[in-house]
Amino acid sequence: MPFELTEQTLAEIDRLIPRYPQKRSALMMILHAIQKEKGYLSLESQEWVAEKLELTPIQVREVVTFYPFYREHPIGKRLIRVCRTLSCALNGSYQICDHFKKEFDVELNAVSSDGRVTIEFAECLASCGTAPVAMVDDDLFENLDESKVKALCAEIRAATPATPVEREALAMEEPKQKN
Amino acid sequence: MISTPKRTAVHPLERRIILKHADDPTYDASIACYERHGGYAELRKAIGELTPEAICQEVMDSQVRGRGGAGFPAGMKWKFLDRKSGKPIYLICNADESEPGTFKDRQIIHKDPHQLIEGMMISAFAVQARQAFIYIREEMPHGAQILESAIEEARARGFVGENILGSGYSCDLVVHRGAAAYICGEETGLIESLEGKRAYPRIKPPYFPAALGLYMCPTVVNNVETLCNVKHIVAMGGKAYAEIGRPGNTGTRIWCLSGMVRNPGYYELENGRHTYGDLIHKMGGGLLEGRYLQAVIPGGSSAKVWRAGERFTGKLKNGEAFDWGIEDVPLDFDGPMAAGSMSGSGAVIVIDNTVDIVEVLANINAFYAHESCGQCTPCREGSLWMKKITTRMANGGARKEDADLLASIGDQIAGRTICAHGEACAWPTQSFVAKFRDKFEAKAEADPEALRTRAFRMV
Ligand SMILES: Cc1cc2nc3c(=O)[nH]c(=O)nc-3n(C[C@H](O)[C@H](O)[C@H](O)COP(=O)(O)O)c2cc1C
Ligand code: SF4
Ligand code: FES
Repeated sequence: MPFELTEQTLAEIDRLIPRYPQKRSALMMILHAIQKEKGYLSLESQEWVAEKLELTPIQVREVVTFYPFYREHPIGKRLIRVCRTLSCALNGSYQICDHFKKEFDVELNAVSSDGRVTIEFAECLASCGTAPVAMVDDDLFENLDESKVKALCAEIRAATPATPVEREALAMEEPKQKN
Repeated sequence: MISTPKRTAVHPLERRIILKHADDPTYDASIACYERHGGYAELRKAIGELTPEAICQEVMDSQVRGRGGAGFPAGMKWKFLDRKSGKPIYLICNADESEPGTFKDRQIIHKDPHQLIEGMMISAFAVQARQAFIYIREEMPHGAQILESAIEEARARGFVGENILGSGYSCDLVVHRGAAAYICGEETGLIESLEGKRAYPRIKPPYFPAALGLYMCPTVVNNVETLCNVKHIVAMGGKAYAEIGRPGNTGTRIWCLSGMVRNPGYYELENGRHTYGDLIHKMGGGLLEGRYLQAVIPGGSSAKVWRAGERFTGKLKNGEAFDWGIEDVPLDFDGPMAAGSMSGSGAVIVIDNTVDIVEVLANINAFYAHESCGQCTPCREGSLWMKKITTRMANGGARKEDADLLASIGDQIAGRTICAHGEACAWPTQSFVAKFRDKFEAKAEADPEALRTRAFRMV
């Protein structure tokens, strides 16, 4: 199947490029737009972007593989990112993360078997005054505790239909973390 | 739906200039609200009544220092711009806000975005920038949207874009989103990232942004809070602004208090008028019931740690002798510097006696190991070793020689790398081991089983 984007994403991309004095600068914003639509950045999508910006495919891929937020493989429908950095850790964020994992019966950086979520650790989310915090997709949740996590997970389940994932697909590629 | 960070009560000791309206429940992020409160008057004044040179002079006279980390005087930074090259000049707002413990720029962006836009357009006019950018971290998606909408509002009113306020001066303002890499906060890494590349910091010299910045053109990079201050400098005049705070430490600063205190939060204070003791105890409400202080990190996780009970002695710049405990250190730029650390990004992290200080360092080290860009061997390998050693120690595998080993790794990183991430990752290890050597050495004697099976974990 050829690589295709929606009209809306294409229009967004055409709006982004002229914002910069040099086309290449639009790369990160274009990757954001495509990842938003597709959920991840396939090699085909990267080649498409390379052509669009007159770059070599590796000039795109070196960017995709450098930044933790870009991903080359699909994840769960919702992305839960729990801050693990100091102010949150001092306020119990590792335990908070365990509660999330238990709710969806999933390990870090994997897709839950109902296909609903992927849980990751994030580094300081710039909300340390309301630690511990986590993001669910674009939204920030502050001052978390066990009961708030439970309520939030119930909301996620209610809003996100389950699509059981094949076992093989669950064996995720190496997470991007370097260590 | 756009989520706003929670509004908090203003503490009576605060002097709010930048966050004056941020926690007013009747205040919102719209341009109508901003203009109702006198917004964009300073941009009108700057463009209508002042020359670019005059604004630069006001900023110089204000002595305002950068709020992003290094505390470099903004007026001086602008003066260093290579204007002779004839190349276009760029202005970049650093809204990466990624130094652990820092959450002040988030308040400005979410609650008063037009203040930043006005500060930026005045600054852009002052340095005669061809174009301006806001580099905002990926993890603030709503913040990026708020800024995009605010810029559109400002454009429609003639404050941004072509022929600003009919002056003939044009400058567009573009929001650029990062992708969750801390190193994009380092200004040359940020520039590379804005060019559509990996955020590999550039070596200085020769790549000082003032001469060889974005697209190898002269570039100013300033923090969100710094650029907001420019608006108030134009309003008051540089000399009057310099009356706030104390010499060399002018204006207010937004301190971000977090960790193990009763009332964590942000507090905007006049520089040099209060102490770390005031912040932690008066504003922060002190420690939790029955606990006592173990350590304070005074300026973001890369700042050197202070151990509870230590004393700092020496002579101030004016020759006056000082003898301070942590609680006595003035909250400004020079105070923490005199006490062997730094105010950095204004992030104060409080650590009480109930946590394992070795594990605290292990948590910090995990951050820097994850965030090294990988260009320099000492930083890339060293940060990883420091993480591995401290994690092993926290998990029950400590050895007698670990403290020395950690110190020697730290000593081999700082000063030997392309960017200051080298120092940022070495300083925690160097200072924690120096100040808590007894605790690091005692770790080898601790019961490994108890550590392995501990309930509370930070790594
Ligand atoms: C590793 C590293 C991370 C940094 N992160 C930030 C950041 O998140 N925000 C920021 O404003 N400055 C950050 N800085 C400082 C910038 O390099 C730069 O000095 C600053 O943006 C200049 O603005 P100012 O002069 O207004 O402070 C960082 C520096 C280093 C070395
Ligand atoms: S010091 Fe670290 S982060 Fe900075 S350029 Fe070198 S490897 Fe990259
Ligand atoms: S440490 Fe979690 S938000 Fe800063």
